[in-house]
Amino acid sequence: MGIGIRIENLRKVYDAPPPMAGGGAGFSFAAVRSANKEKSPRKFELVALDGVSLEIRAGEVFGLLGPNGAGKSTTIGVLTTRTQPTSGRAFIGEYDVWQQQVQAKRLIGVVPQRPNLDFALTAREILTFHGAYFGQGARVRARRADELLEKFKLTDRATHMVRTFSGGMMQRLSIARAMMHDPEVLFLDEPSAGLDPQTRLLLWEIVRDYNRLGKTIVLTTHYMDEADTLCDRLAIIDHGRIISQGTPAELKATIPGGYLLRLRFDRVTEELLVDLKKLPGVTEVRSADQAFVDVYADRGGPLIGPIVNTAQAAGFELRDVHIAEPSLETLFLHHTGRSLRD
Amino acid sequence: MNWKTFYALLARDGHVARRNLLPTLLQNLLQPLLFTFVFGKVMTTSGMMPAAYKSMLLPGVMAISMVLAGVQAVAMPLITEFQFTREIEDRLLAPIEIGWLAVEKIVAGMVQAMVAGLVVIPAAWLIMGSGVRLDFGKPFEFLLVALLVALFSSAGGLALGCSVGQTQIGLMFSLVVAPMMMFGCAYYPWSALESFPILHMAVLVNPLVYASEGLRGALVPQVPHMNTLVVIGALAAIDLGLLYLGLKKFHQKAVS
Repeated sequence: MGIGIRIENLRKVYDAPPPMAGGGAGFSFAAVRSANKEKSPRKFELVALDGVSLEIRAGEVFGLLGPNGAGKSTTIGVLTTRTQPTSGRAFIGEYDVWQQQVQAKRLIGVVPQRPNLDFALTAREILTFHGAYFGQGARVRARRADELLEKFKLTDRATHMVRTFSGGMMQRLSIARAMMHDPEVLFLDEPSAGLDPQTRLLLWEIVRDYNRLGKTIVLTTHYMDEADTLCDRLAIIDHGRIISQGTPAELKATIPGGYLLRLRFDRVTEELLVDLKKLPGVTEVRSADQAFVDVYADRGGPLIGPIVNTAQAAGFELRDVHIAEPSLETLFLHHTGRSLRD
Repeated sequence: MNWKTFYALLARDGHVARRNLLPTLLQNLLQPLLFTFVFGKVMTTSGMMPAAYKSMLLPGVMAISMVLAGVQAVAMPLITEFQFTREIEDRLLAPIEIGWLAVEKIVAGMVQAMVAGLVVIPAAWLIMGSGVRLDFGKPFEFLLVALLVALFSSAGGLALGCSVGQTQIGLMFSLVVAPMMMFGCAYYPWSALESFPILHMAVLVNPLVYASEGLRGALVPQVPHMNTLVVIGALAAIDLGLLYLGLKKFHQKAVS
């Protein structure tokens, strides 16, 4: 039996820059002063989550996909008790994450976006103390720490202080730490950011293995391939709202036509759009701005010739073409009108 | 409340403190002990200060060392751990209410403050040589005052550590710690300020005054000192205030 997750109409409005995103060195005297003054021109307000509802089933790998600043980390923050929601509720299993923090914390393991390892300890101590926080006995935590160090190929560095570790090693140790107390739900916030391809494959393997034990995995990512290969179900999130959710296959099937051709012309008129719509295989034509046109169609390359001809006949100049094959990337573009990397 | 987790958190801080024992002791004790040497040894031996000054100085040096140790033991790691790396996150995710993590920090700070205070007594005694007249006739009063001092220094460390950024550590020392030490009646009794009436009253906001005067009352009652009940009352009030402030700041800092 695994543990499921339920999120009901979650909203989060930050009235100060969230710590992870905050650029300065923490506390700023200036900011506090201006916040106290009624006259201050603009109060800081950032809507990170705007009515998010989700159901994550027990034992599945669930992905939150979205660009930077979409609300992925805030969602994870709320689910892991680190962020207080402005309104709405979240449940890990039967426990309300905000009301029953301790019970919820027992069930979860968290791999943060940036490694937050305890720099005052060695790699092995990080694991053994983590086990101790969760009440593991000395023998159990020693054995588990050794197993995990071995599994994550860190045995030879076990007694080194972690501040000397490379980014990839820190990331591996963060994951090992999150698994140390054998949590029912594992959260991974952008786990493969900054990992080399080899370590990334190792990570995927480890996530799959852990999932096979019946554990629920929640991960955020902005890599399409990661979401596609790893996740049973996905939610696409942007500007704090869930835009779409389902299995990767279901989501891809909702893209009209499948292929997306992003065209750039010297100018765009209504008449050009009508002409493009008439081309064979085209299901939808959208104009994003003065020069760009998105054409959804059931074919990619073969359509270029007709497009060029149509444009030339009407006196337009085609300047750039980008063909996106059916993928989550196209899906994201379809729903938000912008690329994941924008 | 989950004792296993609380104990594990405490064990972690103890482990780190033991690893940094020597630098920590030097950081907290070197300055007060150098002061003890200059004023308690050089000045008294040369006759520029009366020999009785030695007994007056020791409790003050002990108060300073305890406060420095308590504040630094809690504030410095917190400042780093709450910074960009968020090292504290792992402990915030431990299965215990996060308020208890703050309490654990305070307990760890108190232990370090007590250790610093207890190390200073023999060290200063050795440095100053003969002529120090300590009176251990009131052990409970001494212990109570010492515990209250340890609590305010580590609760104060919690409040400072949660409201000061890494870039402001230097500022914190020159603006908060240095004046506190100079006007903390550590190097002179409070009664010595009677000729400066405004200062005499103004220093009463400084918790170190009660620490120095309280330890003086407990260890060297022959020296003029503040009434012990007043000291204990003031320390208890300061403790509660700083505890409330520290826990509140910690919550603000820990949860976004």
